[in-house]
Amino acid sequence: MHEREYDASSQAPPAEVEEMELVHPRTFLGKYIWSQDAKVIAVQYALTATAIGLVALVLSLLMRLQLGFPNSLSLIDPGSYLQYVTMHGMIMVVYLLTAIFLGGFGNYLIPLMCGARDMAFPYLNMLSYWVYLASVLILVAGFFVDGGSSGAGWTLYPPQSITPGTPGADAGIILMLVSLAVFIIGFTMGGLNYVVTVLQGRARGMTLMRLPLTVWGIFMATVMALLAFPALLVAVLMMLLDRTLGTSFFMPEMLSMGEGGDHRGGSPLLFQHLFWFFGHPEVYIVALPAFGIVSDLIAVHARKNIFGYRMMVWAIIIIGALSFVVWAHHMYVSGMSPYFGFLFATTTLVIAVPTAIKVYNWVLTLWRGNIHLTVPMLFAIGFLFTFVNGGLSGLFLGNVTVDVPLSDTYFVVGHFHMVMAVAPVLVIFGAIYHWYPKVTGRMLDPTLGKVHFWVTFLGTYAIYYPMHFIGLQGVPRRYYAYGETTFISDSVQSLNAFITIAAFVVALAQLLFLFNLAWSYFRGREAGPNPWQATTLEWQTPHTPPRHGNFGEELPVVYRWPYDYSVPGVRADFIPQNVPPEAVEREAPAGQGGGS
Amino acid sequence: MTLTLVLMAVLMGGIALWLFRQSLHVQPWVAESGPGRSVPAPMTASRTGLGVFLAVVTSVFSLTISAYLMRREMGTDWRSLTVPGVIWVNSALLVLASLALQLAWRAAGHGQEGRLRQALLAGGGLTLAFVAGQGVAWVRLEAAGYYLAANPANAFFYLLTVLHALHLLGGLVAWGRVLVRARGGAPAVQLRPSVELCALYWHFLLLVWVVILGLVLAT
Repeated sequence: MHEREYDASSQAPPAEVEEMELVHPRTFLGKYIWSQDAKVIAVQYALTATAIGLVALVLSLLMRLQLGFPNSLSLIDPGSYLQYVTMHGMIMVVYLLTAIFLGGFGNYLIPLMCGARDMAFPYLNMLSYWVYLASVLILVAGFFVDGGSSGAGWTLYPPQSITPGTPGADAGIILMLVSLAVFIIGFTMGGLNYVVTVLQGRARGMTLMRLPLTVWGIFMATVMALLAFPALLVAVLMMLLDRTLGTSFFMPEMLSMGEGGDHRGGSPLLFQHLFWFFGHPEVYIVALPAFGIVSDLIAVHARKNIFGYRMMVWAIIIIGALSFVVWAHHMYVSGMSPYFGFLFATTTLVIAVPTAIKVYNWVLTLWRGNIHLTVPMLFAIGFLFTFVNGGLSGLFLGNVTVDVPLSDTYFVVGHFHMVMAVAPVLVIFGAIYHWYPKVTGRMLDPTLGKVHFWVTFLGTYAIYYPMHFIGLQGVPRRYYAYGETTFISDSVQSLNAFITIAAFVVALAQLLFLFNLAWSYFRGREAGPNPWQATTLEWQTPHTPPRHGNFGEELPVVYRWPYDYSVPGVRADFIPQNVPPEAVEREAPAGQGGGS
Repeated sequence: MTLTLVLMAVLMGGIALWLFRQSLHVQPWVAESGPGRSVPAPMTASRTGLGVFLAVVTSVFSLTISAYLMRREMGTDWRSLTVPGVIWVNSALLVLASLALQLAWRAAGHGQEGRLRQALLAGGGLTLAFVAGQGVAWVRLEAAGYYLAANPANAFFYLLTVLHALHLLGGLVAWGRVLVRARGGAPAVQLRPSVELCALYWHFLLLVWVVILGLVLAT
């Protein structure tokens, strides 16, 4: 075998990256509460997002209870059901998924993986978390005000969302809108940090094309979020003015109880355009970090370099760009021109190309890899199945003619939960099992982890697969009860009961996960600095968990890409990114015996 | 949305081109000692940060303007408003503020502390005068019957001008911090990076103001 080119270089001089001044607080409050250390901020983000996510999980269980076993709980009435729908959706999409991927994983992994001491603007980064927390608290306040939280559905379509009679149309919707505006401001502070740190804070030798795909995914998602969230901000501000000061941006003239309202001539469609201009990129804001993380999980746990690294990077970029020109596929039934629909169906289906490239590359990375079925790997493979499944039903919905009859049915619920709820959440779990040892210094219990995986993976299929069939029968979503309808067969009720039981089982499995998180923190096996034998810089820190400043006296120098696994002719099956070519231990050529 | 899409396309095109240059002819699997710096020296973290932030602000204003144009087409109730005369005085104030900060930037580059302080003070003062002048314009419009809720043209005018003023006030926070440091005796050369960011931000908001004013006058 001919000599690979990777040792064709000499020693690089020490790091030239400018040192940054870090704030080193001494008090408990300064270290763990008002911290400017990205790692602490990451944990704060993740814990807050998980806490509010659990609230949304409970809301979904209440909805399932009503659907599976109608009227079994007197607490749930038609109004509160709609409030659960709304809050569940909004919390899961914005306050859990966006926050945990970008605020949680972004904060923890970007500086460590790039080889930086911290984020570019640590103070702004700290502020970002506290503004995020404020937005969560404002949102939660909606539960406690008169009339409760908004019940307009997570899309908040006017005129319904601010018309009297909709649950929470008094105060709930105002709190929701203010909370979203605050969230966006907080996110922008964080987002500036993530982008600038990737662009400016990389260690010496860490070229863009040597960044781990996790960083690429988070970076591109942040760029998209910075450009897309303003659409939501503008929509939210305009709706707030419609609701409080009586403007008519979105609100048309309406008759209520025989009397005309204050609004004239507003366009509800305008809101839909703005909302989905944010809403569709949002799907990829959640998906791209998941794509990035899963690429790294698969490479590390299959001990193989990622197949087609450059293609993977470009697929991320192309998906990001295309996702800005597909928004109207959420509006096929809004009465827009069919030609318009055709255009958006085309752009929507074109996204399947870079996405398929990624899926093939993941599968080809697994092909003949040395696959270790660790818990993170199980979750990564689970993601592949769920994502492909959810993606394929997306091809149906992307076509106008198929979408029209399926619009607003359980088919849609099944589709987007598979592709944008379960798939990214499986990645989040995989990522937590993978990086928990670095964050805490201890391993999560693998047996509990495997039980958690199998119940979650099979359980979510049990929940969302049947929904496709219910949807094909034309059962509409967001309904509290179906009453006497001829087109819904009796078996739908049995399926609904089955789904509800599956949902409760899956929810119970999450308690197991929470227990594992807490128990392993104190009793878990000591992890050591690099338990997965991974190449990326976060595993090469002198301390585990890494201290403030991440690396020791000198910042690491990077000599190679992050995927040097199972390199032929090299003794170890991985070479960390900061190992210079001359320090790599090679196997002796055949016939000579002994090592070098 | 056409406007926003064009801007997005330009932004995305720029990003793609830059990435293309970074990734072309690169073989990531080849290990070697890294090149010195992969980031060009003039790009400091704060300059990049400002650039990214301006992209976000561009997105906010272009989307609001897109909504403006769409709402104008969608409804039949659009009645353009007559811009009060004070707007022209305000515009002149903002141009002067931008100029003053440009002078401050130059003074900082030449190490002239005294001139820097004067120019900074003038820039901030003129900006405050601009915001106050916008307040006068709003009061005049109200008095002339152009109420916020009366017509979408009015509502958009107030929305755009308030958003613009809020961005300037945000800029004044950064300006205030620079001013405190300048009065505390910090050498001009040390202040240069911060003054430069202020000046660039003000020029950008002047440009946004020209676009808003042009839009209101043209429609």
